[in-house]
Amino acid sequence: MSQEKVIAIPNITTPNNPVIFNPDICNGCNHCVEVCQIDVYIPHPEKGKPPIILHPEECWYCGCCANDCPHPGAITFNWPLQQRGYWKNKATGEIHQI
Amino acid sequence: MSTWHDYLKEEGHVPDWPYPIRFDHEQEIDTDVLVIGGGIAGCWAAISAVRQGLSVALVEKGDTIRSGAGGPGCDHWCNAPANPLSNVDPDEWAQHMADRPYCNGTGIQIQCREDWDTLLEMEQMGGKIRDTDDEYVGAKGRDDKTKLMISPRYTRIHSYLPDADTGKAPDPDEKLNNVVIRVWGTTFKPALKKECKRLGVKIFDRVMVTSLLTETGVQGARIIGATGLNNRTGEFMIFKSKSAVLATAGAGSIWMISTELGGYSNMMSRTITGDGTVMAWNAGAELTKMESTGVLRIATGYKHKWYSGAGDASYENVPIVDANGKVLPYPIQGWVDAGAMVPSPEVEEAIRKGILSGEYALPFYGDFPAMPEVERNATWKLMLGEESTTKIIMDTFNAAGYDQSRDLLQSYKFIEGNSLSQWREAGYGGGLLVDWNLKTSLDGLYAAGTQMFSPEDHSYAAATGRYAGRKAAAYAREIGEPKISREQVEREKARVYAPVKRSSGLEWKELHAGIARVMQYYVSEFKTESLLNMGLNALRKIEEESVPLLFALDPHKLMRSLEDVSLLTYAQIIIHASLARKASSVPLNFQRIDYPTLDPPEWRKFLTIKLENGKVKTGELPPTFWGNMKNQYEAHNKDYTGVYREK
Ligand code: SF4
Ligand code: SF4
Repeated sequence: MSQEKVIAIPNITTPNNPVIFNPDICNGCNHCVEVCQIDVYIPHPEKGKPPIILHPEECWYCGCCANDCPHPGAITFNWPLQQRGYWKNKATGEIHQI
Repeated sequence: MSTWHDYLKEEGHVPDWPYPIRFDHEQEIDTDVLVIGGGIAGCWAAISAVRQGLSVALVEKGDTIRSGAGGPGCDHWCNAPANPLSNVDPDEWAQHMADRPYCNGTGIQIQCREDWDTLLEMEQMGGKIRDTDDEYVGAKGRDDKTKLMISPRYTRIHSYLPDADTGKAPDPDEKLNNVVIRVWGTTFKPALKKECKRLGVKIFDRVMVTSLLTETGVQGARIIGATGLNNRTGEFMIFKSKSAVLATAGAGSIWMISTELGGYSNMMSRTITGDGTVMAWNAGAELTKMESTGVLRIATGYKHKWYSGAGDASYENVPIVDANGKVLPYPIQGWVDAGAMVPSPEVEEAIRKGILSGEYALPFYGDFPAMPEVERNATWKLMLGEESTTKIIMDTFNAAGYDQSRDLLQSYKFIEGNSLSQWREAGYGGGLLVDWNLKTSLDGLYAAGTQMFSPEDHSYAAATGRYAGRKAAAYAREIGEPKISREQVEREKARVYAPVKRSSGLEWKELHAGIARVMQYYVSEFKTESLLNMGLNALRKIEEESVPLLFALDPHKLMRSLEDVSLLTYAQIIIHASLARKASSVPLNFQRIDYPTLDPPEWRKFLTIKLENGKVKTGELPPTFWGNMKNQYEAHNKDYTGVYREK
């Protein structure tokens, strides 16, 4: 068992992660915070860190945050599990999902 | 990690609100022209007004750079019959488009005359409208001289349906209309914001306008400004203006909200909550077509997010095949079917039967590999890659290993079923009544894009925004200084801040879901006088008992609360309008069980609705009340100078 402290916290709204940030590439420029018409994010209190996802359930999956990030690889879209599309290799018939 | 609970676990405390809190602080802005809403229509309104040499303030709930329905992008300029490749006369084409029942002849005429001008201006601003990189040489519809890309949409007819007379898709070899242009729409909104800034438009991002101010604070009087709420700081904004253009959005999620997928309840953004229509209504403006609703479009969060009308992967020229590769008789909005994308009920039924009998094996796929390479690229990279919200879908597929030249894209059309009939949407049907200056029934107030009744696409927003901006500027030039009623401001301030004075009670999502449930029960496909009245009473009860319990913990949630209060009013307007129409109608998607006759001739008219001294008042207008479109346009635009020439 992990010794991690357990806190009392309400159920987490889901889906909770419309995007995944890579803290090694993201420099916390907050451009994604600005282009989001919903204000899904807030800037991280500590300068240089990826934004905090505050209102994930309000995301309309427009993609602007990921499309407009100036640092490739800093932010990756993370479709909710129930929304992940499928495709099929025409020659082999193999099925894949994003 | 970047979730809220990660932060809590790492830091041992929750994050502080990142912006300074300025509840109750006031900021006053004095401007000639006020533009409310910074989408495509609003930006263009601001640009055309500021070019008249007046001061312009643009107020936007999100950030103008990517806000609005066309913020992420747009794939077509749908109605530019004045473009150099067009084979139709713009005035005749406008007339043809306006043949559709309950459309807006004024807006369509403006669009048909000026849409090509908006594209040329977009190009001056830095937006991309031509295949200047020669990526699509050889694609059908590409003109090698101008490098414009004509879309198969509307190639012979104006509707998405096959030819109404023959029931068949029109002959693809006939002369094409060439009115729809494929564009690189992801470049548009940033270019518009940049141009607004360059020309000196004062932009107020993250400000939600909450009400319109009227002369002496009286309903029905001239519009002289607006109040707003900064949704990050909570600051109260007072805009004083000589004229205003309303360029806000429609109402997106009245019938349905998933509280955990609040931004995903339909195709449209969470921000689309009818605020503009409601503030105009409260100020006494006349609305029309508010009884018209449709079944909620796909992408409800319970469905796969993709296109609304198209059969998922069928978008533009992509053949739809079954699991064994058999081609389905589904229209694909392509050159082969002259842009048709909605199957006739017979075709839809034939496919259903084919599924049940085993003739067609599920699931279906979009057969991108079967397409010629250049057409495939034009659909995948240009059309879907430049459209609002689909770019990220394409990118995610490609990043996961999907190769459009090798792989079939799954279609969800039949396996997800249709929306339930009680999940409706206000659609983009009802809105403000406008005249040939795009002036509303209130002096000083102009409307553009989705705020007008029966709006159309992004290009319509552009043309009408640009037009409303220049007309609002002309009015502002002539009219005297307004005087704001302090009493009206104080009333609005008390209303706006009420939810932050409480820290428990009812939160916005619960209010929203409560409104949606009333609409599902009483204002769905089953409409009768008594059901509608039950709905009205239920909404009044919410207004009296639940709205006073609303609480908001920060400026963002305060904005969401106020939006839902707008939706509550919007829902009531829909019921009032529905009560007034005592007949059923196919084009209005309106079924009255107690008045079942479909579209009787005496009901082929617009019903208007407004508040007068706080009382609902209805009226009516003939079906083409705008008169002769060509003559009216010309009479009102003698001074039109065409494309703005950059200095
Ligand atoms: S994800 Fe990109 S845009 Fe967002 S803060 Fe990081 S670097 Fe900036
Ligand atoms: S996808 Fe759109 S709504 Fe969601 S966080 Fe990104 S910018 Fe905001």
